[in-house]
Amino acid sequence: MIINHPLLGPRDSQEFTYLGDASLIERPDWQAADAVDQFYDYLYLRDNPAGLHRELWYHEQGDRSWLVVTRNTLTHDITSVELARDVAKAKGRST
Amino acid sequence: MHSLAALTPLGGPLPKTEKIGTLTISEITNCALASVTLRRGKDQAFAVAAETLFATALPAPGVWQQAGVYGLIWMGPDQWFIEAPFASHEDIAQILKAGLGDSASVTEQTDGWVRFDVQGARVVDLLERLCPAPSRRMQTGAATRTLLEHMGCLVICRETAQHFSLLAPRSYAKSLAHALTAAARSIG
Repeated sequence: MIINHPLLGPRDSQEFTYLGDASLIERPDWQAADAVDQFYDYLYLRDNPAGLHRELWYHEQGDRSWLVVTRNTLTHDITSVELARDVAKAKGRST
Repeated sequence: MHSLAALTPLGGPLPKTEKIGTLTISEITNCALASVTLRRGKDQAFAVAAETLFATALPAPGVWQQAGVYGLIWMGPDQWFIEAPFASHEDIAQILKAGLGDSASVTEQTDGWVRFDVQGARVVDLLERLCPAPSRRMQTGAATRTLLEHMGCLVICRETAQHFSLLAPRSYAKSLAHALTAAARSIG
């Protein structure tokens, strides 16, 4: 499998490690009134789609960037790869 | 005073060079190394300081370039490795820190890494046996961090299809030397 790194171009998947669902970026505010419920959802509830899935990959044996990869779980076809920090910045999460 | 003998990453008093067929594999120890990482929100101050220090902008992803005595190597987003001759820049981290101030974090890396230079017309044949990076397409000036026989390595193309530098964590020195010499012998 080849992952098309947004900065470095196509790279072999053995350079990467997989973390999980991209929703892990959306860590809830621990000071919110319903923080307990939010963290329950954040930690335990996942969709398990047969089809497009957004997930976090780490370019461990490379430039050490986190990527948000959109992969079709039926075909392993990768349709989009973004830097996780760009995704977070676009949501106003990081400066 | 202690009187300690400096050893190379392979453990000898002097760096080793091995010739196998047309390939030359040399342990390189005359290079000082430090990492430079941009601090958050200091982009502009960093760009100005780096340009003053190196007389050029720092290289883009996947690229290294020589700027005077300094070799500037892209390592990751907002991070670079800087190499310079050990004889004149043994205290490379202090030199860089003085130039970059609080716009960047600088870490001494010299003895954290082992560097082998592989030279010869069949260097690409060797790298293709060990490494998923597209070494045949790498031109002079390309640099990338990748795997080499399961070891995380920095692969630097010094001269297209002729001369590559390979940097691995120092504790991998013997494993990397073994992988390189075994692959070189298989080419013959």
